Order: sequence, then C-alpha cells, then structure tokens
Amino acid sequence: MYSKTVMDHFRNPRNVGVIDDADGVGEVGNPLCGDMMSIYLKIKEDHIEDIKFQTFGCGSAIAVSSMITEIAKGKSLEDAKRITNKDVANALDGLPQNKLHCSNLGADALKAAIKDFEDRKSGKVRPKPESKDVHVHSHGDNCYCPYCDAELSEEPDFCQACKSTIQIKGSQPNP
Amino acid sequence: MKITYLDHMSANPLLPEVKAAMIDAINQDFGNPSSQHTVGEQAAEVLDRARGQVADLINCREPREIVFTSCGTESVNQAIKGIAFAHGDKGRHIVTSNIEHNAVIRSLRRLKAMDYTVTSVSVDDLGKVKPDDVANAIREDTILISIMHSNNEVGTLQPIEELVRVAKEKKVPFHTDAVDSVGVVPVDVQKLGVDLLSFASNPFYGPTGVGGLYVRRGTRIFPLLDGGVQEHNRRAGAENLVGIVGMGVAAELAKKEMTGRIGHSLKLKEKLLSELPNYIDEFIINGHSTETLPNLISISIKYIEGESVVLMLDDEKIAVSTRSACATGSLRTSHVLQSIGREYADAQGTLIVTFGKENTEEDVIRFLTALRDVVKTLRDISPLYRKSSPTAGLPLP
Repeated sequence: MYSKTVMDHFRNPRNVGVIDDADGVGEVGNPLCGDMMSIYLKIKEDHIEDIKFQTFGCGSAIAVSSMITEIAKGKSLEDAKRITNKDVANALDGLPQNKLHCSNLGADALKAAIKDFEDRKSGKVRPKPESKDVHVHSHGDNCYCPYCDAELSEEPDFCQACKSTIQIKGSQPNP
Repeated sequence: MKITYLDHMSANPLLPEVKAAMIDAINQDFGNPSSQHTVGEQAAEVLDRARGQVADLINCREPREIVFTSCGTESVNQAIKGIAFAHGDKGRHIVTSNIEHNAVIRSLRRLKAMDYTVTSVSVDDLGKVKPDDVANAIREDTILISIMHSNNEVGTLQPIEELVRVAKEKKVPFHTDAVDSVGVVPVDVQKLGVDLLSFASNPFYGPTGVGGLYVRRGTRIFPLLDGGVQEHNRRAGAENLVGIVGMGVAAELAKKEMTGRIGHSLKLKEKLLSELPNYIDEFIINGHSTETLPNLISISIKYIEGESVVLMLDDEKIAVSTRSACATGSLRTSHVLQSIGREYADAQGTLIVTFGKENTEEDVIRFLTALRDVVKTLRDISPLYRKSSPTAGLPLP
C-alpha cells in the first residue's frame, strides 16, 4: 500500500520530539479524522535552525511529518512557506488516495508554526484554535468532517462529530 | 521467522480436511446438481450432504431451510432486502441496532432510499442492545428486526432469544447476522427462535466465497438473484459446489471441536488479559467480559493510532487488526466504538486480536513483548502523550 520511502520514514522517523523553548509551534488535525500533528521550530536569522515534530496518526501521517521536517530544515522562512502538501507527498513517492486528505498535513503544520512565530514576534497572542461547533450535513446524504469539510464516507445513522441523527431521503428521525 | 497470526476475524486458513475434501470435489464433482443424469445426480448428492452438515451445525432440523450464498454479506443482503421486498406492501419499517456490520447498515441505507424507514436502537457501554428499546421501536408497519448475534469489533453477544420473544409478541420476522458466531460459539436456531440467520464459512475454517442463510420454513422472502430454481427457488445460479463441500466439512469439524476450540481460545484470552498490564498501561478493554466471543479481544490503547501499531507489529511478523479510521479506507472512526462511548482518540488506538486453533501462549507473549516496544515508540512520537509540550499561541516569555 505504501511506497518504500513512506515505510522508511515511518520506521525511522527523522526529527522526532519537542523543542521546549520553541520559537513557533504549529498544531493541525484532530482525532476525528485520524491524525494530529505538532511542529516545533527554532528560528535563527529568519531561517529554520531546528525543527521537531510529534504526530498521532497512521503510517503516512508519521512519514509526512518526518519528511516535512527534512525538507524544511535549514530553509528560509519564505522558502519554507512555499512548501506544499503536494511537495511532501511527491517527496514520499506518493501517498494512497484516501490518505491524501487526512494524513497529508505536514505543510499545514509547518505554516501554522511559522505563523505562530511571526505572531509572537509581532506581539500578537493568537487564541487557541477551536473546532467549529456547528456544521451542516449538506451535500445530499453524506456527512462532512466539521474540521476539514471532507466527506465522511461510512454511514451510520448519526454523525460522529455532533452525534445528531443524519436525515436521509425517506427516513424519519429515531424516536 | 514464522508469522504470529492473531487476526482470525479477517481470514482463516483452510483446515487440511477441508482442503482435501475440496480437492476431491474439484476432481470428481463437476456436475450441475440440477441435471437429471448420473453426473448431475452425483453432484446433487454431494450438495445434499453438505447442506446436512451445515444444518447440523446450527441445529436446523430441515436442511432445506439452508440457502447457500456466496458470502456472509450476500446472506445479509438477501435476508434484509428479501424480506423488505416481500413485505413492502404491508409495511416499510425496519428495526436494527447502532453497531451492525456494514452489510446490514448499507443494505438498510439502500432501502431508505426506496422509501423504507429504519429505527436504529442504541447499545449500552458494553455493546448490548436492550430488549425494551427494541419493543418500543416496533410499530404497526414494522416488517423486520435485524440485530447481530455477535459484534465483529468488540465481540459482545446479543440477547437474541430475548429479542426474538419481543419480536414474536408483535409477529415481526427476526433476522440475525451471525457471521462471526456460527462455527465459533454454539448457535442453535431452534433455541434462538430466529426466522433468518446469516453466516459464512471462513470464520470456521471453511473457504471464503461461501456463505449461508437460514430461512425458517414459512418465511415469505423474495430472492435477490432471479433465474433458475436452485436452492428451492430462493437463490438462482449454479451452486459453488466445491466451496459448499468445503463449508460442509468445516461445519462438521466445527461442531465436533467447538468445545475444545472455545476452551483453547479462552485460555489464550485469559493469558493475554492477565499479562497485558505487565506490558502496557493506559488501555481499555472493550465489550462485555463474559457474554462475548471467546476468540476476540478489543483493546483501545491511549495516545496512539491503530494503523501505526498494525504496521509496526507487522515488521515484527505479528498480524493483528484495527478499526481505526485510517486503516479502514474511510475517514470514520468506528461507529461501534463510538456507540459504546469511546472517545475519538481512544477509538483510533484500537486493536482487535482474534485467536485461532493454531495459536499458543508463546504467541501471546510474543505479541505482548512486541506491543510494549511499539506502544513506547509511538507514544514517544505522540503529541497527545506528552501533555507538557509547549502549545501554539503562548506569548513569548
């Protein structure tokens, strides 16, 4: 299922850990979709001097985290911001289709960490990101992830995000 | 190194006796049981024998109440849609539970799009359906109740006899998905009183590609496959004779060896559960402790994700299963684990260990030893484990 490069980064992840006095921290993902990623940055002269990650997630999520830290290390912040999730997937010789959504969060986590650094530098204190409490079960029969708007493809009668009953054509709510 | 296989819920190897009988059938019984010549009659005899063996396993006294299918999923589809189509003029309401297999969930979903309505009852935190809830869900127009015999993720056995009593009072046909129970634990259709019961051959070491549906005599049901009059007009298409022969032999052996197999599984289960705290901490054992499948253990391990565990254990030549969202191809955490009250993150870290005949106590220790290292490795990576990590948005000191 996974490429050799993915398995290599999964088995031997690079730059695992925490930077206790990090200049920027980026956190993305949620356990509903499967994966959570944290990236810690040490910045020196607008370059990424050190980078570490922590990930809760599947094989590809761990490989993605490892790969993004390798790509980003040493880069200027401007260059690092230009790294896309697609670049990371390509560097890993591809990811399975169904993992592209949930696991490929590396560039997002990096960007969040850089933004955190910039916010701190400019004296802003960013509120902790909160999940959207209300989401709409739109688009016909299916339920959508409240965090990332991905379609949730299995169909029990209730939405796992908000525990509400999903109304399907011809059905009536449970008593 | 030999693989330690602890995923018997996903697939089972054929028993040698089953394999031998199937090879004999390949060599000799190519006939069509519907043909009237000697070759056909010989095939019909072989089919009858297998039907008898399978009927015997579930204490079905009239073998013609068994319909052979291509798999457990087909059996479930046939039972649910077959009843729905046959009784659609009378009523269009079906009762089920929140923890059914996808075969049931998606069959019902299909029916919902055809103007049937479904009431899905919840389960308690051990995974049990409450008979009162089912009684309350039944309406004037209820035409079927479908509730699984055992759950494929947490193992919990449902009080089917009690549920059937509720159904009988209201004269509603009852189907149970017993795919993970038949051949594994005693299943007696007389005692249960069910009208329909789905099962498959591989859970008791028969070949994949063969299943069966018990249909109590007098139950009105439409076939899913229309065509010839095979299977007493309930499932058209020439029979998969080789597979059915394998299923028959596997059924006979399952009946004969069941007590021994259950004892063996329980011994391994006890060993694993008693040793587990010596190897890892912060876990939850899911499902009922006694009213459950003897061969299944569902463990939610905190702070880590199941697919990673499965892949890392695979590197150690140990095969287990998970129902984490990542591993299932969909994005959903398990609806079963959610229904019994697991948090998303804990549901994601759930392993399913299923024992088989060939497993030993050494296998259990090998698994636990490998698991200890894998859990440590993954927790060291996990942002959920180290709660003292710095978080985004804190002002600079």
